[in-house]
Amino acid sequence: MRTVFKTSYDADINLFKHSAQRNWYILLLAFALALPFLISSFAIGEATNLLIWAIACMGLMILVGQTGQASLGHAAFLAVGCYANVLLQERLGLPFILSFPLAGLIAGVAGALIAMPMTKLHGVYLAIGTIAIAILTDDFIVIATPLTNGVMGLFAPDISIFGYGFNRYGNPVGLYYLILGITLLVVLGYRNLQRSPLGRSFAAIRDSEISAQAMGVNVARTKAVAFGISAGVTGLAGALMGHFAGIFNNETFNIILSIQLLLAIVIGGLGTIHGAFFGAAVIALLPQTIAMGRDFLNKFMASGSIAIPGLEAAIFGGILIAFILFEPQGIYGRWFKIRTWFELFPFYRRDMFRRQKSYLKTERMR
Amino acid sequence: MSLLELENVTLRFGGVTAVNKVSFNVEEGEVFALVGPNGAGKSTIFNLISRIYNPVEGDIRFDGKSILQTPPHQIARLGIARTFQNIELFEQATVMQNLLVGRHRHRQSNMWTELGFTPFVRAEERRHREAIEKVIDFLDLQAYRDKYIAGLPYGVRKVVEMGRALAIEPRLLLLDEPASGLSVEETQDVAFWVEDIKKQMGVTVLMVEHDMHLVSAVSDRVLALADGKMLSLGTPHEVQNDPKVIEAYIGVADEHQEVLA
Amino acid sequence: MDVLQLIVSGLANGCVYGLVAMGFVLIYKATEAVNFAQGDFMMLGAFICLGLTNPQFMGLPFWVSVPIAIGIMGAFGYALDLVVLRRMFGQSQVAIIILTIALGFVLRFVAGLIWGHEPISLASPIAGRDVRFLGVVLGLDEMMVIAVTVVLTVVLYFYFNRTKLGVAMQASSQNQLAAYYMGIPVKRIHSLIWALAGMVAAVAGILFASKGSIDPSIGLLGIKAFAAAVIGGFGSLPGALLGGIIVGLIEPFSGRYMPSGYSQIMPYLLLFIILVFRPHGILAQVHQKKV
Repeated sequence: MRTVFKTSYDADINLFKHSAQRNWYILLLAFALALPFLISSFAIGEATNLLIWAIACMGLMILVGQTGQASLGHAAFLAVGCYANVLLQERLGLPFILSFPLAGLIAGVAGALIAMPMTKLHGVYLAIGTIAIAILTDDFIVIATPLTNGVMGLFAPDISIFGYGFNRYGNPVGLYYLILGITLLVVLGYRNLQRSPLGRSFAAIRDSEISAQAMGVNVARTKAVAFGISAGVTGLAGALMGHFAGIFNNETFNIILSIQLLLAIVIGGLGTIHGAFFGAAVIALLPQTIAMGRDFLNKFMASGSIAIPGLEAAIFGGILIAFILFEPQGIYGRWFKIRTWFELFPFYRRDMFRRQKSYLKTERMR
Repeated sequence: MSLLELENVTLRFGGVTAVNKVSFNVEEGEVFALVGPNGAGKSTIFNLISRIYNPVEGDIRFDGKSILQTPPHQIARLGIARTFQNIELFEQATVMQNLLVGRHRHRQSNMWTELGFTPFVRAEERRHREAIEKVIDFLDLQAYRDKYIAGLPYGVRKVVEMGRALAIEPRLLLLDEPASGLSVEETQDVAFWVEDIKKQMGVTVLMVEHDMHLVSAVSDRVLALADGKMLSLGTPHEVQNDPKVIEAYIGVADEHQEVLA
Repeated sequence: MDVLQLIVSGLANGCVYGLVAMGFVLIYKATEAVNFAQGDFMMLGAFICLGLTNPQFMGLPFWVSVPIAIGIMGAFGYALDLVVLRRMFGQSQVAIIILTIALGFVLRFVAGLIWGHEPISLASPIAGRDVRFLGVVLGLDEMMVIAVTVVLTVVLYFYFNRTKLGVAMQASSQNQLAAYYMGIPVKRIHSLIWALAGMVAAVAGILFASKGSIDPSIGLLGIKAFAAAVIGGFGSLPGALLGGIIVGLIEPFSGRYMPSGYSQIMPYLLLFIILVFRPHGILAQVHQKKV
């Protein structure tokens, strides 16, 4: 553990705590840039998928981890972003470079508007309210069939920027770099948020609404802004998902997806960007891992490749239960402990991170 | 004109009258204390001033203007800061971050500039941190600057909460039981700080406190309350010797005898 | 379809929603935890009864397997609290919501493994029979659902107001600390509440299964029941039943009188309106947090 001797206010404001930390992240970026030369094109597709999920997870993390508002309906904003992006391209003929940010903006405005009447809700009520949003969005897509083509679904055209095409199969490396760039921008925005007054007011609302209000934070408005930013980032991810999947309909963004997204960030570790990436890794790579495990078993048992419905969700659920019980800080928390163990070796003690027994802090109002 | 004026303020919860026709003025630059037994309505008065509750009757004026139309989050903007009886800090954040939230009313940047972290936002951040540093020096919080609240002892949390209120740069500071749960030494620190807040910073202080030593050491005037009603208003010495106050705290003499007989 | 038939089938559905919603409210009132897996509890209860009764599985008589299924679900609820949820004591509500959602995934998978994913009907003696009432044909199963719900509600009412354990449960739901000081074993009460919620879920599941075929995904009906609980007021048992019946009645009527596509969104639209204008439900009084 490095102790930094701070000589200016900028030491606290800068993106990285010290130069060693910066170098580690540069190394990580170099690895991400070199990745296409190291792995197969199929694996690049998986990595691209992971990055898209990471954007979605960061979107939800801003709301849940930063502001402390649970949302079980974020698939709705994936859907808004996805449909808005494709419809802007198809109906209005906008290029991707315009339709993509506009899709994020539309999803963000939708999120802020939906949040406004719900800013007084807490805990359970907010959870069920957001579930209702997800279910209603699913149904509205069907009702708006003339625009959305309902259950038949829509095809997403290839991404094209100034005549240069990005396709999952034709140009996987190009698509990977494009999405890596977008991911980096989102990460930068997230970091900026964390170190500026707005991010601090989010955290204030998470920890104590009553004193945030006494400090001059407009709680209802700030919650709506958090919802808006969160929905906007999620909408960007949705737009990319549409292009990545190629075809989508109302079922693509169902309630189960919302729930999985929330579970993913909990597994990853709430409140950190790392957590969003870890969660995205679990959600994006789990199906492949299960398939590989099954192939492996088949070699020995010849049980045939019968898909077991619900297996993926069940394994996901099982992992989550284990994390909530044994490591509520998620993968990031575990990683942090391991890192500290190495940094302090041999002085690490088990109870360094023992959680304080918190008194039951009731959220109940009646 | 007084800084804070309460006029005939009344608040009822169901059938209970928590605050009953309370009127008092807090003058600019004084330390004003509210005392009284539990349930006298002291904290409720604080919650009325910070607009968590709406009075059913009466008026509350700050700097000559009624605040009853002001939404609660605008109270800090007027220059009224407060602490809470059962510390309400931001647990998952550091001391520094807690104090920085106190600077929220001085925020000049908006969502878009912050997302891009423009040079203006950075300059603002530096300015906020400079202001915070003064509070940290004043309250001797240097050792805890980057510590998380969740791991801090109770006494330090009390001080951090006071610091967060000071970071607002208020004109009126509401301290809700600043010394409850503190050791004798810590209480003495609080006494010095309250003196300094008044003299050095020129901040008016309205506080609720049970510790009569602290109250008589720092306050200019004291208002005693019981059952939501005003009992006695005056200097600490006057209030302590008012028969009505003694009665409220230890009961009427002859009632006592009846119980004994 | 006659209006009376619509009302009866709506009521019958509403009673099932109401029973599941009561499970939510029972647990919420007593422990402040929200069991998002309550719908899956119902599914599990239905499948256990089906597994005991149906000839292709164990083939026990229906009236024998019902109490066994209810008992198993009670034990399951108790064990779940004892093993898992007691560790969560004092953690935030959202953590418990997430935990129970994950639990639902696991339960659905396990049920699918044991009983398959094809819809199966429960071989119950009341399924598919009709009664004639004022010249209208009504399903015996639906009448039975309504009757059992009424009886169960009355039993629960007397349980909470007349029996010592019920009063202890009420007390610990209103003020855990005070109840603890009065010598009520709050932790065991919590486990018993979970057991009770499991039993109510089993009854709801058996009633649901006797109206039609079931598969492991019927647990998702819990979301609708959850909406019902919020519509009625999350802190009140009668509110939960009321909310369930409202949702149950809205569905067939909006299906009949509104264009298709709109009918399934009506419960959620109502929920949304309730959340915006009366955030704590129809039957609720709200107290502010004290600072």
